[in-house]
Amino acid sequence: MSTIDFKPGLIQGGRAPGYETYKHASHFRTKDEEFDACKTGMWLFLATEVLLFAGIFVWYSIYRMMYPDAFRNGSSYLDWRWGGLNTVVLLISSYTMAMSINHFQHNRQKEARRNLVITLVCGALFVAIKLLMEYIPKMTGWHFDPTMSHAGGEALTKFGGLFYFEQGYGGKLPGILFSYPFATDPHENMWWSLYYTGTGLHAAHVLIGMALIARVWWFSRPGVENYGPKHYTGVEMAGLYWHIVDLIWIFLFPLLYLIH
Amino acid sequence: MSTLHPTSGSIPGHADDHHDHHDHHGPYYQSKGSFWTNVWDWCTTVDHKKIGVMYLIAVLIFFFIGGVLALAVRTELLEPVRTVAGQVTGQFFKSDEGIGKGNEIYNRLFTLHGAVMVFMVIIPSVPAALGNFLLPLMLGAKDVAFPRLNLLSWYIYFFGSMFAGLSIYFGGVDTGWTFYTPYSTTTDPDQSRVILMVLGAFIMGFSSILTGLNFIVTVHKLRAPGMGWFDMPLFIWAIYATSIIQVLATPVIGITLLLLILERVFHIGIFDPGLGGDPVLFQHFFWFYSHPVVYVMILPGMGIISEIIPVHAHKKIFGYRAIAFASLGITAVSFLVWGHHMFSSSTELAATIFSALTFLVAIPTAVKVFNWILTLYKGSIAMNTPMLYALIFLFLFSIGGLTGLPLGALSTDLHLTDSYFVVAHFHYVMMGGTIIAFVGGLHHWWPKMTGRMYNEFWGMTGAILVFIGFNVTFFTQFIMGVQGMPRRYATYVDTFQIWHVVSTIGSYILLVGFLVHLFNFIASLRGRVAPANPWGALSLEWYAASPPIEHNFEHEPIVKHGPYDYGEVVPFHCSEEDYPLADKPAGASAHTVH
Repeated sequence: MSTIDFKPGLIQGGRAPGYETYKHASHFRTKDEEFDACKTGMWLFLATEVLLFAGIFVWYSIYRMMYPDAFRNGSSYLDWRWGGLNTVVLLISSYTMAMSINHFQHNRQKEARRNLVITLVCGALFVAIKLLMEYIPKMTGWHFDPTMSHAGGEALTKFGGLFYFEQGYGGKLPGILFSYPFATDPHENMWWSLYYTGTGLHAAHVLIGMALIARVWWFSRPGVENYGPKHYTGVEMAGLYWHIVDLIWIFLFPLLYLIH
Repeated sequence: MSTLHPTSGSIPGHADDHHDHHDHHGPYYQSKGSFWTNVWDWCTTVDHKKIGVMYLIAVLIFFFIGGVLALAVRTELLEPVRTVAGQVTGQFFKSDEGIGKGNEIYNRLFTLHGAVMVFMVIIPSVPAALGNFLLPLMLGAKDVAFPRLNLLSWYIYFFGSMFAGLSIYFGGVDTGWTFYTPYSTTTDPDQSRVILMVLGAFIMGFSSILTGLNFIVTVHKLRAPGMGWFDMPLFIWAIYATSIIQVLATPVIGITLLLLILERVFHIGIFDPGLGGDPVLFQHFFWFYSHPVVYVMILPGMGIISEIIPVHAHKKIFGYRAIAFASLGITAVSFLVWGHHMFSSSTELAATIFSALTFLVAIPTAVKVFNWILTLYKGSIAMNTPMLYALIFLFLFSIGGLTGLPLGALSTDLHLTDSYFVVAHFHYVMMGGTIIAFVGGLHHWWPKMTGRMYNEFWGMTGAILVFIGFNVTFFTQFIMGVQGMPRRYATYVDTFQIWHVVSTIGSYILLVGFLVHLFNFIASLRGRVAPANPWGALSLEWYAASPPIEHNFEHEPIVKHGPYDYGEVVPFHCSEEDYPLADKPAGASAHTVH
């Protein structure tokens, strides 16, 4: 760990910022030792995350080999443009997360916090696209249409045309709930089970990551400033977690959307 | 308790003046005030010693529950047909339509016995209970790397076991502890019992992961100054190897159980042949975790034996590095052999490969056993309860290990699979290995944990009873198994009855043995005060007071000798007269550390 020394500044109220006064836990000899320990622990935890998702990837590999047609059909209902957009959104968020850590290390509090907010917005955008553009239409047949082009037309609409209904589109649900009438392969519902389990588990991780980043953002607020050149453990750990969430998506995206 | 420790005794009426002083230099369990203050203090403690003690109490309670279930199973098997279990325990289990039948209750009994003993007793027994207490002490650290995470692990374990308990309250499950599909996806379809039990195991998995993670980081970062990797006690090596398995294998069971729950709720099809899935895939997933976890169960037990034998034989351990690397070797091989649980359901090629890999496990295991025996050779053996347990371990574990070979060989396994031979084999390893080592370790470190000496006579008596009871219970099962008695059956042909009766009598002797230990431990809490280093040991935990103070050591220890340098160093807290074995104490004074 390299720390860059800056003149200790004072924040409002004449107090030293949190990162200046941070005291490491008493069972560590130094602050660096604590940082290293946290980092080792976090990397081990990331290994467990990879192994958790390994189950999903094994599920995919085996049944893709057994039922290639079901997987091909199922995959053809996914629009690579939404998946691609979400990939771009997550990659941008990973960049801003990394930048945020960098800004904290150089004590640029405002820029660091701005990057955290962009990361959070990207995370929220990812979940919103997932829900509105992918889950809800496939499950229910209700499409989200911000242009409201179907308002007043033949299609059934809701919220003044913000959502329109497409007959025979919905019902692509996991397992026993699967009711899509035009499935051509008897094993297509397993594809949808895999799709929702894999992406749902990933989305849950996105939400956990957002909670961690929100926590960092809260403790870095003006007047507290817990993170800075001399102490940025929490930011670094949240960042590592966010990157693994991104990385898992990088594997899920081609497997689910691109391979036909 | 504090009055028994003169240095921390308080003058009535002046307690407040010395409050700080007592907090830091009294025994770790010292009273902090009123009863409820103490309860709150224990519930929120981040002290690894208190968390270890809390794990220990929970493990012992679950050991009792699992033991009662085992005795119910054995009692049921006294007679070939009539089901005692149905009559006796039918009241206990909520009997809705169809459950009242004895056979089904029998299925629940052995399932719960297995699930409780594996997930709630053996897995957390040594690593979480003894490991938590001892790991930082042995490393010369103040605490584990992440003390709050440690407390969280304990609460996760607690809540996980509550889910399992809820499942038992609603009537339990009859899937076998392995939750094999399709049993686990089809039995009791209108009930949530299986989901609750699986959820319990899923949650407890997180506790296991976080404990392992915590220990790995602690070993890497918090060793005392002067302690290199090869200056660590072998118990630490064993715990370290165990932790690697916990971290790398447990997530796999996490996703497996999650998929199992989804399969039950949504019928996602992954394990259901009716929907195109494959139930054998569940077995692969399950054993990819559960076989390595067999070594989570046995490796810490081996670690305990590696401590007990040199300390009570007063001799340097033979082959330190060989034992340390054997632990890591077992860890590595453990991930490659899961297929041997599925010889009868896999292809010939796969079975052959897994069989060959399985024999690899024998190498590091045998390395350890031979090194322990060579440590005993020409040692100055103190025959006390921990040493007796170490010898019992060597005997029983060798039988358990060697009977694994016919099960690892394909031709004999096809004859023995799912028979009582398998039951006897894994009880010789899990109980004759892990539980025996655990009880031996409990005696070995009891003075350190409680500050009191147990009664040696009753300790030895209990150990002998356990040894006799264990062999009577389980050796008979080898014989039955070879003759064809299948496992998991409530009824059997009359020819096996004599063996079943003998086995059941053995289990009652086992119960008496454990009760002797229990009363001995309880009685010891008012017994003789333990010195800091009653065994003349050299590893760091004996340099702390008995019981240790809150921060373990008054000063950070600096390590200047190895944990097994007997004959070279006079142990701390011991004089040369106490310790005539030290050949050359010159230069190495009794106060080397500090």
